[in-house]
This record gives sequence, C-alpha cells and structure tokens, in this order.
Amino acid sequence: MENTIFHVDDVEKRFGGLLALSDVDLSVKEGRTHAIIGPNGAGKSTLLNVCVGLIKPDRGTVTFDGELVTGKQPYEINQLGIARVFQTPEIFPDLPLIENVILPVLSRRDGAYKFAPFASLRRDKAMLEEAEHYLEDMGLASQMNNLASALSRGDKRRLELAMCLIQHPRLLLLDEPTAGMARHDTNQTIELLQKIKAGGMTKVIIEHDMHVVFSLADYISVLAQGKIIAEGTPEEVKNDPKVREAYLGEAADDE
Amino acid sequence: MMKQTSATKDLIIMLVFIAAVLTAPIWLTPIGANYPDLLQKFAIYGIFAIGFNILFGLTGYLSFGHAVFLGIGSYAAVWSFKLLTMNILPAILFAVMWSGLFSVILGYISLRRSGIYFSILTLAFAQMSYNLAYSVLTPITNGETGLQLRLADPRYIDNMFTKAVSEGIPSTNLFGIKMSGYSGFYFCAVVLIICFWISLKIFRSPFGLTLSGIKSNQHRMKYTGFNPRPYLLAAFVISGMYAGLAGALLAVTDPLAGAERMQWTASGEVVLMTILGGLGTLIGPVIGAGVIKYFENIFSSIGDQNLFEMLSWLPEGMQSIVAYVISPFVGSGWHLTLGLVFMLIVIFLPGGLVSGFSKLASTFRPKKKTPQPVASTVSNASGTKEGE
Ligand SMILES: Nc1ncnc2c1ncn2[C@@H]1O[C@H](COP(=O)(O)OP(=O)(O)OP(=O)(O)O)[C@@H](O)[C@H]1O
Ligand SMILES: [Mg+2]
Repeated sequence: MENTIFHVDDVEKRFGGLLALSDVDLSVKEGRTHAIIGPNGAGKSTLLNVCVGLIKPDRGTVTFDGELVTGKQPYEINQLGIARVFQTPEIFPDLPLIENVILPVLSRRDGAYKFAPFASLRRDKAMLEEAEHYLEDMGLASQMNNLASALSRGDKRRLELAMCLIQHPRLLLLDEPTAGMARHDTNQTIELLQKIKAGGMTKVIIEHDMHVVFSLADYISVLAQGKIIAEGTPEEVKNDPKVREAYLGEAADDE
Repeated sequence: MMKQTSATKDLIIMLVFIAAVLTAPIWLTPIGANYPDLLQKFAIYGIFAIGFNILFGLTGYLSFGHAVFLGIGSYAAVWSFKLLTMNILPAILFAVMWSGLFSVILGYISLRRSGIYFSILTLAFAQMSYNLAYSVLTPITNGETGLQLRLADPRYIDNMFTKAVSEGIPSTNLFGIKMSGYSGFYFCAVVLIICFWISLKIFRSPFGLTLSGIKSNQHRMKYTGFNPRPYLLAAFVISGMYAGLAGALLAVTDPLAGAERMQWTASGEVVLMTILGGLGTLIGPVIGAGVIKYFENIFSSIGDQNLFEMLSWLPEGMQSIVAYVISPFVGSGWHLTLGLVFMLIVIFLPGGLVSGFSKLASTFRPKKKTPQPVASTVSNASGTKEGE
C-alpha cells in the first residue's frame, strides 16, 4: 500500500459571498495520477491556487510529504518539489524558448536565491543539453531560439509543461493541460503524461476532456459548487448517478 | 539572447569597445568633442548609465532616484580628499562603499513595491535626500555652497608623508599622476571598460538571466521556485554602486560635491540616457550617455551672439529670422532640443539608437534568405560549439 503524500484537509475559501471551496478533502497517493473534474466555476483552479500558495484558505491545511504547505510562499512551495501548469499558460514571453526552460533548471539546482553574477551560462554545457532535450520531447526544439511570445496557445502549454517537468517535481499540478490543443497534440500530451506516470511522478490533473481523464487517472474527485460530491476509481465515478447528474451526463453522451 | 552569445562574439564586442573608448580622442575630433573634460564626462555618465541599465534594463524596475547615489559618491570622495589623501583610490573605494550601503537601505524599502509605486518611492527618497543634503545635513554637505576642498583640510595620510606645502590645494592624483587632462580621461576610460566588462558578464550569467525572467514574468518566477526580492535588491545595489563610482569620478575630475547632483532632474537624465541609447542592450546606455552629454555641451554653449555669427552665411534678413526661431532651443534652452530628440526617438525608434543602428545595418547588408527554423538551430548549435 503506497502512502499518501499530498493531503488537502478540510479547506474552505470564500470570495465575498461566494463559497468557492467548502470542506474540501483530498488525499493523493504517491505515484498516482489524481484527476479533479467538475463543471465550470466549481472551484477546481481555486483549489490548486490554495495548493501553490497563490491564495490563502480561510480554513484548513494542505500538507505535502509531512510538511505544511499552507502559509508558505509560492517559491518555498515550489522548492518543496511542487510544480504547476496554469490554466492560462504562464511562461516568459520575452525570452527565447531555451531560456524559458533553463530558468527552472537554475532554480532546481541553485535554490530560491543564488548570487552568481560572474558564472557563465554558456559554459554550462550539461544544462544547455538538458534544456534542449526537454524542448525536443515537446517537439519545440526547432523553435528554441524564438521568443516564447511567438508560440501558438497549444505550444505555450507544452512549453510550460516542459518548464515544470525539467524541475523533476515530486508533485505536478496540471490545470487543463490540453485545453486549446488540437486532437493530435492532445494525444501526444497524453502519451507524454503516461510516460511520466511510469516514472513515478505524483500528479493532480484538472481536465474537462474525459478522454484525457480516463486515459490517465487512477483516481477521480468530482468537485461541484465548491464541494467534493463524489470520488473513486474512474469506473466508480463513471457510474455514480450523482456525478452523471452534476457533470458527467452531457460529457458522457459526447463520447 | 542565447543565440547571439558565443564566446567569440563577446570577445569581439569587448575588443571593439576597448578600441573605441581608447581612441575616442581621435575619432571624436571631427565633431569637436575631443577635449578631455568632455571625454571624461562621456566615460563617467557612461558608467552611471551602464549600472542603471542593470536595474532598469534587466529587471524593468524604473528608479527615479539613482542620482542620490551619484551624489553620495561625490560627497564620500570629497570627504576622503579632505580627511585622508588626494589619492583617488581611497576616494573611489569609500564612494562605492557608501553608495552601496545606502542603496541597500533604499532598495530594501522601495522594492517592497513594484511598477509605478516603486518609481514613486524612489522619487520620494531622492527628493528627501536632496533636501537633507541641501539643508539639514549642512555640516556634512556644506548645504547650498557645496562641499569643497580647502587648504586647511587635514589630509591626514598625505601629511604623514610630506610636509604640508602652502602653495595651494594639491590636485587629485593616482600615486602622483595628476588626474587632469588626458590622464584623467584615460583613468576614467579604463574604469569604464572594466564596468562594461562586468555588465557583459552579468548579462551572460545565471544571475542576469534570472533578472530577465523577473522582468518578463515575475509570477512565473515565484512558481518556478525563485525568490525575486533578493535578486532585485542585488541588482539595485549593483546599480547604486555603479552610480556611486560615477559620482566619485565626477569628484576626481572636479573635487567638489553639491546637492544639485542629487536632484530628480539628474535621476531623470540617466533614465533618458538608457532609453535613448537602447534599454536592456549592452552598449545602448553608453551611447545614450554620450549623445546626451554631447548635445548638452554643444547646445548649451551656443549663446545668442555666436548663434548669429554661425548663421552669417544666410542672407541678411533670413539670418535674424532663423536665429530667432532657433534661439529658444540652444543655450539654457537646450533641454527643449533634448526633449524633442527624445520624443522623436521614442516614437520612431522604440528600441533606442542601438535598434536604429542595427536596422540601418540590416538594410545595407546583402539580404540573407530568411533562415528556416530548423536550419537556424543547426547553425546556432555549431556556432556555440566553435565559440567555446
Ligand atoms: N480571486 C478570485 N476572486 C473572486 N472570485 C474568484 C476568484 N477566483 C475564483 N473566483 C470565483 O470562484 C469560483 C470558482 O472559480 P475557479 O476558477 O476555481 O473555477 P474552475 O472550477 O477552475 O472553473 P473552470 O473550469 O472554468 O476553470 C468562480 O465562481 C470564480 O468566479
Ligand atoms: Mg479553472
């Protein structure tokens, strides 16, 4: 039996009168892929925002590998080994692709702050090669000297994924990693994520595309109006009448 | 950035820069800018702007208070001349130390905010410092008159070795070499070259890349595990120390320090220099500083009388009309010209003069076929290899 490495405990978050998250519990086992699904505005992104320190919950805690995450700065949380792909890609638009992936390597290697004004990036062959390699995996190597702002939306997402993966995070949080991608690219991303899964990285993935969810998830939590209304293995969730009613109904019909 | 950074290219940049600076007295002769006082100014403000660019150009944080460090540098240097020795090395050392110290304090407080609030905070600090220097701190700054050397200054170190000679205030020197005329220029030129080299190293370092990352997307930096605050503070302090160094060199060439050096207009000037030359480029700030100091010197020295003489080739009636039109733009009104030039550049060359030059260069260069993305990667990869 694998141990639970990531724990969301009784989290509540209000935005004014809106209860965005109420009594949310989540346990993610090491090496598993845990999907969170739910209709628009259910609070999925808000939950991830709590997990990476972007917003503070009104109540409840998040722990990762025995360490309290809530209350820490975003950069400290990343240094614990938690990386996140955002719903709208967060990349460095003014920098070439290669530098976009070098920065995460620097933070993995040097920590949150290191003053090295005289070190030469160019001399760091191993790092450059690693960065190129990750861009290759995403099919972006041919554009590595172009500015990231010139990429298509789908490519930006893949770049961001590369930026997260190159950190070798222990927990990867993905907020709709295939939104805006063509079918072919979606399938490629699924393959890639399956490969990572084989490598044992723990993942929490938010996805609307049921094809993606059922290809990847070991366990699914369904969030609706800030509450977890159901959870279980993909089979269990698929057949849960509450879920079909709240969310899956329409999506299942498309399949 | 990465694609242009082969070691060979950096070496060429450095060699061209060194050659250009050292031969400046020759190639600036045709435009009448070949006298040491002006050349020295180019070098000193070049240093100021290079340092400012490390903050503003790399991180995007626009400080409106960097003249404070210029002023602190000057005061510290003059005090070193007064108390210790006329040798310039201790003066420079103290200037850099003190400006570094003050920039830690000022940076620590101002960097709690970003964007316009950061700019306003630095501006407020600059005005406070100016007022302190102007009135409150008179014992240190000698207020309105400015801090000057006196015959009666103790100069403890100098006087340990030589008996005080009473034939006037000794001049600033580097182990006996007087810092006036061309020796003064060449000293500043060497310092400028070193400063440029440091800036080049910073641009090519992980530290420099981290600063660019903060400029491009600070949010992403935090979620990538970087703590932006100390990086920003380091950039702020480095640029403050550059400014202090420039202030010390101003005092080396002309040993007095006044509060007006800290005024917000002086802080604004270095912003103009950086933008005019090319924000975030290596060489842009130096060019911007040179252009502004050149125009200041030429235009502000034209009075109404010599303007009239300069236009003597025009027919009689025209002469006075043209002189009438031009006169508000010269002499004390040269800031009008500067303003116009600045507006033209920002509107037509948003990347500054440097981008103008590279546009020019690419129109004259024989047209290359637009490289396919794949091809360019391959050529770059091999370029990097041969560069090492
Ligand atoms: N910072 C905020 N301030 C105020 N309200 C917010 C904030 N962030 C989210 N909300 C609100 O909280 C609710 C949940 O938003 P959230 O982005 O978490 O939904 P989601 O499940 O990710 O939806 P989607 O599938 O559309 O991405 C929404 O009603 C949203 O408007
Ligand atoms: Mg969302």
